Amino acid sequence: MTDFLQLLISGLATGAIYALAAIGFTLLWQTSQTINFAQGEFVMVPAFLALIAMRWFGVPFVPSLLLAILGSMLLLGVAFRYVIVGPLIRRGVLPLVISTIALSILLKESVKDFYSAEAQTFPTLLPDTLITVAGVSVSLAQLGVLAVALVTIVLLQWFLAGTRTGRQMQATAQNPTVARILGVPVERMILYTFLINAALAAMASLLVSPIYLAKFSNGETLGLIAFVAAIVGGFNQVRGAIAGGLLIGVLDNLAAAYVSTAYRQAIPLILLVLVILFRPQGLLGRKEERAV
Amino acid sequence: MSTRTSLLVGLALLVLLALVPVDLSDIGVPYPGLRRYGTYILTLWLVTAIAAMGVNLIVGYAGQETLAQAAFVGIGAYLTAIVTKAGMPFGVAFAASGLLTFAIGIALGFPALRVQKHYLAFVTLAFSVLCWLVFRNEEWITGGVMGIRDIERPSFLGWPLRNHVRFYWFVLGIASIMTFVLWWIVRSPWGRAFTALRENPLRAESLGIDVRLYTLLAFALGCAYGGMAGSLYAPLVEFIDPSPFALGPSLLFMLMVVIGGSGTFLGPFVGAGIAVLLPEWLRAWETWYLLIYAVLVMVMMAFFPGGMVGLATRLLTRKARL
Repeated sequence: MTDFLQLLISGLATGAIYALAAIGFTLLWQTSQTINFAQGEFVMVPAFLALIAMRWFGVPFVPSLLLAILGSMLLLGVAFRYVIVGPLIRRGVLPLVISTIALSILLKESVKDFYSAEAQTFPTLLPDTLITVAGVSVSLAQLGVLAVALVTIVLLQWFLAGTRTGRQMQATAQNPTVARILGVPVERMILYTFLINAALAAMASLLVSPIYLAKFSNGETLGLIAFVAAIVGGFNQVRGAIAGGLLIGVLDNLAAAYVSTAYRQAIPLILLVLVILFRPQGLLGRKEERAV
Repeated sequence: MSTRTSLLVGLALLVLLALVPVDLSDIGVPYPGLRRYGTYILTLWLVTAIAAMGVNLIVGYAGQETLAQAAFVGIGAYLTAIVTKAGMPFGVAFAASGLLTFAIGIALGFPALRVQKHYLAFVTLAFSVLCWLVFRNEEWITGGVMGIRDIERPSFLGWPLRNHVRFYWFVLGIASIMTFVLWWIVRSPWGRAFTALRENPLRAESLGIDVRLYTLLAFALGCAYGGMAGSLYAPLVEFIDPSPFALGPSLLFMLMVVIGGSGTFLGPFVGAGIAVLLPEWLRAWETWYLLIYAVLVMVMMAFFPGGMVGLATRLLTRKARL
């Protein structure tokens, strides 16, 4: 039982990171019909921005984390919005899908060729000390990850539901035409979505890299998990992405312990297929009327 | 082009392609033919083009996205390797590869196509990774990361195909039959329904076309093309391991079809040519090749979403107009 609790907590910690990546993915899809096949690479790159700041320019640890988040918002938010999505959005979904697939290759290869093909250790804010409560020992770093991720999610939810800008963003996501008629600056809201996605991806990156090391190929697994979490939870709901992320984090950890490490990766994929078979709108999603 | 001219052009191309690796200097033409490696690359191009034709059917004609073509090629390749190693003839392995991948295509496509448009992309993504895990982990049947070596090239009607030029001709024969079949399908009422579907699904449906059935069949047929390409890939390379059937190569299949020109008949051949030849040309640049390829794709999507064939058609018609 204590084993199970330990696995549950560490699963929730990684799951919260997955949720961050999945929320960004869902937001992009909602507001601009962009299926971002480079989402995994978006989670891989910011850790390397921080590493570049630290190792090439000698910036201290905490400022370089902030620089990584800023850099990610510029590169994966603003530049992605205007250079890649902008010219393609009117051409339909397929060219954009292809372009983001190419972007994922570009980001992966750039990190490999310009930085390193080796996995890099990444410093952590919190020490790895174990604290034991009622027989269950949890590392401080894991609790920290969980706390940071949850605070980010709560802040985001508050922003989306509680502020004027957030509600305008939701209006844009639900119906851009009506939102525009009501005076919502739709273009700016779409840009905000891209910025939020980049910031969430950077948070996920900085939280996940101390655990799994920073490596150019990390995006493959992370991207896959972000898709699966978003779809399992419900493609059209932010809370769906949160639930999906947490669920997959926990399942992944339990599977590694109780099933087999060889097929650990398969568990979320099987879950995805089951959800598509039996509950295609996702666990928390609402059915979408067919768009005519 | 009328049916007759396109058939004639196709036949002429076929004869030309058959002659490419042959040394013609004996009959007075100063052409030395291709060496062993050149012939191998040419055969690889044909095999890749068969799988790419399948992707084109799914992407360009049925308007869906598939991210598992390399996995289907893998299924065909492993099945063929295992079946021929067990002493069964190649023909059986080839047919079984096509049928099995067709059946898997139906099984995957049926639930995915009930839902939203892009769900097929996600289901195939998951399937692709699952297949790779099976290829890598089930050592008792796939050999794991060590793969399966010494896969025999078959003989055709008692004519051994060990020689690389003969095997090339064999693959060329199969590829041209498969190209012809696809050309015929695309021109048949069945194929017209695909085009109607891609251009305007709602109108197609109102005209009585069962959209889901047609899309499903197109997807399954595209998968079968992948499986049959894999069945040829195994004896061509004579060795298979999981790496060419991972998710990355599946994504590259998508890219090559769109680069060539999705929804055009020649697109897959051009795209497969670029995908097979570019790494050979950029050999000196080694690791930079994928980087250059990715940038090329992004630039093409921004400026010529019709791909190489679309671009060529546009240039040619403009010239004709002048």
